[in-house]
Amino acid sequence: MSDQNAHEGRDGRGTRLVTPGASLGASEGRRVGHGVVENAGQLIAVKLGTLVENHDEVSVIPSHTKYTPRPGDLVIGVVEAVQSNLWFLDINAPFNALLPMSLGPGKSEFGGARNVLNVGFSVLCRIQEVDETHSSVVTMKGLGLRRLDSGMVEEIPPHLMQSLFSNSEVLKSLKSSTDCRVVLADNGRMWIDGDTHSISDVISRIEKVRILSRDFSSLDAMIEALQPEVY
Amino acid sequence: MGGYGDVQMIDENGIRMDGRTAGDIRPVSIKAGVIPVADGSAEVIWGSNHVVAAVYGPMEAHPRKIQKQDRAVLDVRYNMAPFSTTDRIRPGFNRRSREISKVTAEALESVVLTELYPRSKIRVEIEVLTAEAGTRCAGITAASVALADAGIPMTDMVISVASGKINGVVVCDLNKEEDNYGEADLPMGVCANSGDLVFLQMDGDLSPEEFQVAWDYNMGAIAPVHKIMIEALERSNGGDE
Repeated sequence: MSDQNAHEGRDGRGTRLVTPGASLGASEGRRVGHGVVENAGQLIAVKLGTLVENHDEVSVIPSHTKYTPRPGDLVIGVVEAVQSNLWFLDINAPFNALLPMSLGPGKSEFGGARNVLNVGFSVLCRIQEVDETHSSVVTMKGLGLRRLDSGMVEEIPPHLMQSLFSNSEVLKSLKSSTDCRVVLADNGRMWIDGDTHSISDVISRIEKVRILSRDFSSLDAMIEALQPEVY
Repeated sequence: MGGYGDVQMIDENGIRMDGRTAGDIRPVSIKAGVIPVADGSAEVIWGSNHVVAAVYGPMEAHPRKIQKQDRAVLDVRYNMAPFSTTDRIRPGFNRRSREISKVTAEALESVVLTELYPRSKIRVEIEVLTAEAGTRCAGITAASVALADAGIPMTDMVISVASGKINGVVVCDLNKEEDNYGEADLPMGVCANSGDLVFLQMDGDLSPEEFQVAWDYNMGAIAPVHKIMIEALERSNGGDE
């Protein structure tokens, strides 16, 4: 790969930034991972991101991406529309997800969906299935899946969620320093519950992260912004 | 394309009115991620052209009749701001902006992996803030950077450059006077890495030999602009300013 297509990553782990169309070398003996396609014996990056070579698999971790639902993902959805026997949830993906009454919370009768979950309600749910056209069905049958009646839901870019909280200590520290309950969902949303002062503390730290990400700051600076301020 | 042959735009030494030689392009600067609320964005300053592109999506395509069951649709909107030229432009779509939106969408569709997002729409907004000549080329280039910035999967990045003919001489990257009073114009969109041609228009007459020269000039301008694009994307992803 030419030097203009790559540089040392900001995390110092030897990762390299690649742009769409960048040649990643011959495909022989290498497996195609995320963000990479094979064309005429060559591996080509199709996303902007950092190149990762894990054994023989070559993939690109995208710098920016939309949330793409995958079965099993924990997501926070917001009810956008209600019909007689199902709900449409905004899960921060290109398409709304379906929550059928049979997979909804508790028991509800046909026509009574609005009494259980109305437009604007937030729910913690899990992706049940995703079809080839990216339509997804979610379920609320499972441990901890419920309607979110208290607290706040905040959003951060999905690609940052994984990077920021890859070290579990970051989340632990955030929870313990603010005395809040925090649930991270895979779709770039987080539920924060606690007393008003604690919630506003977490939200202000998240806002700092958002501002830093817009200013193209380093990951370390964003993790630092999540830590309590020392006076 | 006025065809005013008596307007001298290049001297006997091959130096143009703005001091460039026949094969030179105007100064180009690119910045990615300039609009925080967009999924991806880019600003291209190409000579005196100032173009901003923003990408939103993929999102559900509305109205549903525009949905494609096997791929996403690229909804490109090219617009020149009313204040972008010396004469005020009437706001809104016109014949020219519709044409440029269409050719831009077709150029970008050839590199975007639309089949990954069936029934979706990817919205590309191109806004020309200052126009000098070659706004469609700057717009396509800006849109390409904005798509990459938005994380849209693409097999390559498209760069667009135009060459043309002034006073019988083929030159690269026409400025406003050269575009207005020149004899021909050949904008091209080329994939930066593969060199594939994805967009070509021609206005005026070029002989086969002149066409070849214009083609070579355009192809020669791709690499330097691509380097600037990559630097812009690196800067927006934590690289050095």
